[in-house]
Amino acid sequence: MFMHKRKRKTGKLIQYVVLVIGGFVILYPLIWMFLASFKDNQEILTGTTLFPRHFSLEGYRLGWKDNWQYGFRVFMKNSFFLVIPTVLFSMVSTTLVGYGFARFRFPGHKLLFAIMLSTLMLPNTVLIIPRYMLFHRFGWINTYLPFWIPALFATTPFHIFMVYQFIRGLPAELDEAAKIDGCGPFRILVNILVPLLKPVIFSVAVFQFIWNWNDFFNVFIMISGVEKYTLSLGLRMMMDTDAASAWNQILAMSVVSLLPCTLFYFAMQKYFVEGIATTGLKG
Amino acid sequence: MSKHERLKKYQLWGLVFISPWLIGFLIFQLFPLLESLYYSFTNYNPLRGSKWTGLSNYIKMFTRDKDVIPSMAVTLNYVLMSVPLKLLSALVVAMLLNHKARGINLFRTVYYLPSIFGGSVAISILWRFLFKSDGVINRILGLFHIEGLNWLGSPDLALLTVSLVSVWQFGSSMVLFLAGLQQIPADMYDSARVDGASPHRIFFRITLPLLSPIIFFNLLMQMINAFQEFTLPFVITNGGPANATYVYSMMIYDNAFRYLNMGYASAQSWILFLIMAVVTTFIFKSSSVWVFYKDEEGM
Repeated sequence: MFMHKRKRKTGKLIQYVVLVIGGFVILYPLIWMFLASFKDNQEILTGTTLFPRHFSLEGYRLGWKDNWQYGFRVFMKNSFFLVIPTVLFSMVSTTLVGYGFARFRFPGHKLLFAIMLSTLMLPNTVLIIPRYMLFHRFGWINTYLPFWIPALFATTPFHIFMVYQFIRGLPAELDEAAKIDGCGPFRILVNILVPLLKPVIFSVAVFQFIWNWNDFFNVFIMISGVEKYTLSLGLRMMMDTDAASAWNQILAMSVVSLLPCTLFYFAMQKYFVEGIATTGLKG
Repeated sequence: MSKHERLKKYQLWGLVFISPWLIGFLIFQLFPLLESLYYSFTNYNPLRGSKWTGLSNYIKMFTRDKDVIPSMAVTLNYVLMSVPLKLLSALVVAMLLNHKARGINLFRTVYYLPSIFGGSVAISILWRFLFKSDGVINRILGLFHIEGLNWLGSPDLALLTVSLVSVWQFGSSMVLFLAGLQQIPADMYDSARVDGASPHRIFFRITLPLLSPIIFFNLLMQMINAFQEFTLPFVITNGGPANATYVYSMMIYDNAFRYLNMGYASAQSWILFLIMAVVTTFIFKSSSVWVFYKDEEGM
């Protein structure tokens, strides 16, 4: 018995060591980028130490300043301007649609649900050309409408599915009791279900935020004017125009671009883990 | 109104609630899809208009266009490198993390972190810094007197280096594996141990079968994403060296938005769709052999 216990303890220890080393390897690139953003160009290119020899904020100062026609202050503002309405719209629309699929058996329910699920596999690459043409006809190119309006119409089946699964996990008696009390379907959703749906709605928000914040392909195609550039487009422009000289600025602005995502993730993490753990799986 | 009728009427509210999706689906998904199918049979170019050309786009792809087959091969290689490595790392780490121990939540957060950055440009830039011939990785190897590799410059290595980003971001698959592992009842392991089953037998006979629905889901999702990868090869290597990372989506992008051959690019995107559909169908069909659902076995 004693031997057994000791063996288990060593096993645990080895496991911890593996996890710590693995975690360090995983984090190393991010740590390097963060610390290198305080180095000068010379050290970024040749230095071998992780910590900067001379701590400098120059990269941040120069990158943020408008020494381009439009600086990262504008790109940051644009990113938020694109992402925040998109996130809010999709929180509302996916909740409504998820509720509709989970709690009502209307004619055609099965077929429509199957269609919705099958759009999970619809590749964006196939849609991007005709979507571009569609938005061109609407006069939406170089605006954020190609991101806002589809979010208003719940075009992210994955999120609908998450909400759907979560609602199905809640006892139907909740709704029944409210129905007897004379609550209509909207009031049941808003008063009874939404408070319970918090984890999954926040998960939708996190996914949508992260996805749109990092998105490059779609903004690259829909947005053409520098004044409308988001951080991803700004970073790539910086990479192209100043490739040889401003490494510290590029790294500093890369860190800046990852920061909101990171903060949002940590702020929402509690809900997030709960949200995925209870939904992503039963399917 | 009878109770039955009232109930029936109430159910119709569902249509009201799903109507945003239905409208969105028709306008932003179904219509574009059909339109792109139509354009794939034309020589549509926004500057020159459009003429019906029948199958000629599809014929051209496989007879005269020298980019199509190589970039298909590159994309397939990318999928075969990134997806299995990613799922394997996700599973191994999930198993290591599947314990109630101190600090386990911290590890979970750490291992998940890279995947919140997805295909962002900043990460692609970081990869360039890390894997340049005089980049961080080679400098670290140099400290140990190991000769560095030409990670991004050699056609043999570049695609692997690019796909490492996706492997590094195994967190989202890991979280799903972890939740699956936590649903396996502990007494199943206990009774297997009492029966004297070896750890590796327990893994192959209990853990793996019970996780198979999640492996299936992860495999499907990651494949769909990998087939469409664009940002990483575009920003890290811009398709090079010698087209070694010129993935299919980049080719579609070039044809559609650089050369404005939108009809031709639509045909190319439909071929990608077709390939993905075949692979997906194959995975679905094969799943009856290797995916094990609890409710089927009456558990």
